[in-house]
Amino acid sequence: MAESKRRLTIKVDALARVEGEGALVLRLRNGQVEDVRLTIYEPPRFFEALLRGRHYAEAPDITARICGICPVAYQMSACNALESLFHVEIPPELRLLRLLLYYAEWIQSHTLHVTLLHAPDFLGFDSVVQMAEAYPDLVQQALQLKKTGNRLLALIGGREIHPINVRVGGFYAVPRPSELLELRDPLRRALEHALELARWVAGFEFPDLELDYEFVALRHPDEYAILDGRIVSNRGIDIPVSRFDETFVESQVPYSTALRYEVDGRGSYLAGPLARFNLNFSQLSPLARETARETGISPPVRNPFKSIVVRSVEIVHALEQSLALIERYEPPARPFVDCTIRAGIGYGASEAPRGILYHRYEVSTDGTVLDARIVPPTAQNQKQIEEDLRHLAPLAIRLPKERATWLCEQAIRNYDPCISCATHFLHLEIEEMTGSTR
Amino acid sequence: MAGRRRKPKLAIWKFASCDGCQLTLLDCEDELLAIAGEFEIAYFLEASRAVVAGPYDLSLVEGSITTPEEVERIREIRRQSRVLVAMGACATAGGIQALRNFADVGGFKRVVYATPEYVRTLEHSLPASAYVSVNFELPGCPPSRSQVLDLLDAFLHGRRPRIPAHSVCIDCKRQGIVCVMVAEGIPCLGPVTRTGCGALCPRYRRGCYGCFGPMETPNTESLSAWFTHRSGLAPERLMPLYRSFNAAASAFQEASVRYATPDQAQQATETFWARAFAKGKDFDGREQAPADDQG
Repeated sequence: MAESKRRLTIKVDALARVEGEGALVLRLRNGQVEDVRLTIYEPPRFFEALLRGRHYAEAPDITARICGICPVAYQMSACNALESLFHVEIPPELRLLRLLLYYAEWIQSHTLHVTLLHAPDFLGFDSVVQMAEAYPDLVQQALQLKKTGNRLLALIGGREIHPINVRVGGFYAVPRPSELLELRDPLRRALEHALELARWVAGFEFPDLELDYEFVALRHPDEYAILDGRIVSNRGIDIPVSRFDETFVESQVPYSTALRYEVDGRGSYLAGPLARFNLNFSQLSPLARETARETGISPPVRNPFKSIVVRSVEIVHALEQSLALIERYEPPARPFVDCTIRAGIGYGASEAPRGILYHRYEVSTDGTVLDARIVPPTAQNQKQIEEDLRHLAPLAIRLPKERATWLCEQAIRNYDPCISCATHFLHLEIEEMTGSTR
Repeated sequence: MAGRRRKPKLAIWKFASCDGCQLTLLDCEDELLAIAGEFEIAYFLEASRAVVAGPYDLSLVEGSITTPEEVERIREIRRQSRVLVAMGACATAGGIQALRNFADVGGFKRVVYATPEYVRTLEHSLPASAYVSVNFELPGCPPSRSQVLDLLDAFLHGRRPRIPAHSVCIDCKRQGIVCVMVAEGIPCLGPVTRTGCGALCPRYRRGCYGCFGPMETPNTESLSAWFTHRSGLAPERLMPLYRSFNAAASAFQEASVRYATPDQAQQATETFWARAFAKGKDFDGREQAPADDQG
């Protein structure tokens, strides 16, 4: 086939402001997308292999090291999986603390992404440092908001990154009510800052892209799911977590070693803030729903760039819920419940800031992990990111090359991709030959 | 003179890691903008898409070296950097992914990847110092925020960083925390682990699990013997204690090899006590009383 001369290759050598490193090649020919290639050059760390032979009790701490940005998510999914295998019921007071810990992670992770990683794109800044010169108050407030999330995280978890206080069955130690109540005022101030942040980002200009997604998230009967729930979608999926493997399948393309996920027989899907918001909107806290209305978003949100607004709304939700939980907290009689080891396979999932995080462990009678499987949200969204880029390409090519490059980066950052957490893929090469080559 | 000093160029590099060490820097919410005021942030992809070409005055390296490309990259970064600091357990001791060093990496590949032959990786996950000279090592998984800030301040002022090398155990005593091992029989690596966390785990009634790697003169043999004697730890549990986030740090690696199998662990423990008794010391290291005084 003769090479067309009107060929434009947009190459982003290293993706900035994503956690982990990857690269993107988007090749267009005559205005048509010829090739979208998102390369992850995150070296493999073999977590699923190195968990084999370890004691089950180590799983929360070891898997936390998959991602420094959302370690609580890993700890919670690991605990869920093992506790469901051992038939352990977590009493309400301990569940409340876990919710608080997880909300704290959402607050710090979402604020990090909204303010430090994503907002600069919308305003044409390279970094938050540059943005701080133009918006000093907003950036300072956002940093304080992030700090408050981290304070709550450190109080319950022991520290912000790789908390030490989570164990299968509960915690090692629990806070006194007075320690939590000390955070009431900072959390209230943070809520004010979060509301301002939401209003601010809602005023950004959003590239025109609306896609018909299959949204997938957890759903809990009584709350905006975060800690546990059933897996649901807007196209009829409604399954317990134990049926994850048969519903979402690894797919491999012949020219790539990458493992990515799709709904069996259907294709790509989207996990994360947009999915949660669209599927579980009515369970958001009153103020979060009010903020959504005020900022002009209502389900279904199909523009991936608006995920920044949805994240901000989720920060409001996490803060409002945290304030309510702190008031209700009564220290449990014991910081954990005992586990009796049962051999078998346990399944667990929770809503990491970036979407569903699935863990599965097979454990022997003496508590040794025989097999582990971890499916992080970024691996699940991988195919969808490429789909987004394919749809965005016609828009991108009308722009000067530098601007087009930036827009593609921004589209990837919509997903807040935590590339270091995607244990499954290391070298993703996508060649979407769409048959449109003339 | 009114001329302003050129701001030193700071670069942050990532290798095989979780991003937590870089996040430690972004978690300095109160100091972040001040840091940006003192340094020219020349390469910090997690935070900025702007990239300034080298050479760099200070390079902070996160992550371990696990692929042939990474070997090349760390060498290039060394060439470009006046001062190179390895940050965190991965960059200073290979990280949790160094568990592959004790296994067959081919087997690891097959567990995770359907087509393992495409996976390019080295047999060992090693610290930066295995390939290049490193000016300073900042331990921890993750490193302590105050130590990261101290390091940056030390660089700016041309002094040595104040990073203590004593044990967690000492910090624990200083804070008056009840010893989890003595009081509750919980195995704790505090006596052999370097401080930096502020004795975090014992404060939460949990045994230290060694995030900051070995302290300056760790006596792992003695501690292990106490684990089996006083904490009633099964011999097969000794090895994994040392083989976690700092598995390739030499003192922990030696210890984990010493107790690699339950039999070896049992034997090493017995040998230790036999030696201790031969010197006339009892379990608590006191001179043994003459035999006729014993009840």
